[in-house]
Amino acid sequence: MTEQSIEERVKKVICDQLGVESSQVTPDAHFVNDLGADSLDQVELVMAFEEEFGLEISDEEAQKLDTVGKVIEYIKARTGES
Amino acid sequence: MLLKDKVSVITGGAQGIGRAIAELFHKEGAKVCVCDVDEEKLKEVEKEGMKGYKLDVRKLEEVEKVFNEIVKDFDGIDVLVNNAGITRDNLIIRMSEEEWDLVIDINLKGVFNCSKVASKIMMKKRSGVIINISSIIGQIGNPGQVNYSASKAGVIGITKTLAKELAGRNIRVNAIAPGFIKTRMTDVLPEDVKNRMLENIPLKRFGEPSDVAELVLFLASDKSSYITGQVIRVDGGMVI
Ligand SMILES: NC(=O)c1ccc[n+]([C@@H]2O[C@H](COP(=O)([O-])OP(=O)(O)OC[C@H]3O[C@@H](n4cnc5c(N)ncnc54)[C@H](O)[C@@H]3O)[C@@H](O)[C@H]2O)c1
Repeated sequence: MTEQSIEERVKKVICDQLGVESSQVTPDAHFVNDLGADSLDQVELVMAFEEEFGLEISDEEAQKLDTVGKVIEYIKARTGES
Repeated sequence: MLLKDKVSVITGGAQGIGRAIAELFHKEGAKVCVCDVDEEKLKEVEKEGMKGYKLDVRKLEEVEKVFNEIVKDFDGIDVLVNNAGITRDNLIIRMSEEEWDLVIDINLKGVFNCSKVASKIMMKKRSGVIINISSIIGQIGNPGQVNYSASKAGVIGITKTLAKELAGRNIRVNAIAPGFIKTRMTDVLPEDVKNRMLENIPLKRFGEPSDVAELVLFLASDKSSYITGQVIRVDGGMVI
């Protein structure tokens, strides 16, 4: 799988989950401050990432994933792709 | 039909109040999934055209397994009725730790387990209804029922919190507090206790399981779409 596709898949999950335009989903976009996520949205997002990429994300790790870029980096590292 | 094709999970639905809820939902067009520990009674339920699942609500892992099975069988869960419950009565000085733990595990933790798993499923669909069967004893207390009253008051706390947590996802959560309903739970009470209770019921009769079921139906249907976080008594006026 190419780098592009992980980014695209992450972006698609975010757009579906939060109902935002893909143009808003930039690497440094903050889920709460820029994309208007509330606390339930954040939990659901993590659940959606877990499902999309077939991994378990601990609550501790999830709390650090507050921007789009951090999620992309995290998932690349976890799936062993760069 | 008020619940046409609504996938409805009823815990402790093999007999008593839960069975009455299951049968009424079935009549109203719901896809009824009865979850209970009583395998014999589950067979009866299946003969009536509902689906039975063996489930002990005390075990989160088991709840996850069974609810995922239901999602596979029916594509989602629309309504959850947390009805499974037991009593183990004793005055506090005589009550054992086992009696306390067992009642809390089934009546309180069971509601947590099932609500946790179901709300995850409902959140994805952005709709759902949860109805918890509490008891007036959780509101007014009763000598000999320290475990039971604590569990049923706890269920009211769960109801109010989840109503607030899940409202944004279009999931309504309400509780029902029945008074004295004729089931095997109340059959075991001595006659003189029953008679004394009857004196305190303005409508001068004990409730039938169907009296509770009709209220559950209303709260599960769209007719109550603006009601959440409430505790509604069905008790013949016992508590006014
Ligand atoms: N009968 C009353 O007067 C009354 C009053 C107020 C509240 N309630 C509540 O209504 C609910 C139903 O009570 P009922 O009177 O129909 O009792 P019941 O004993 O007739 O039925 C309870 C059902 O729950 C099932 N159950 C027990 N433990 C379970 C477990 N660990 N996992 C799954 N299922 C389990 C039983 O097998 C049974 O089918 C209970 O929560 C009870 O506390 C009853």
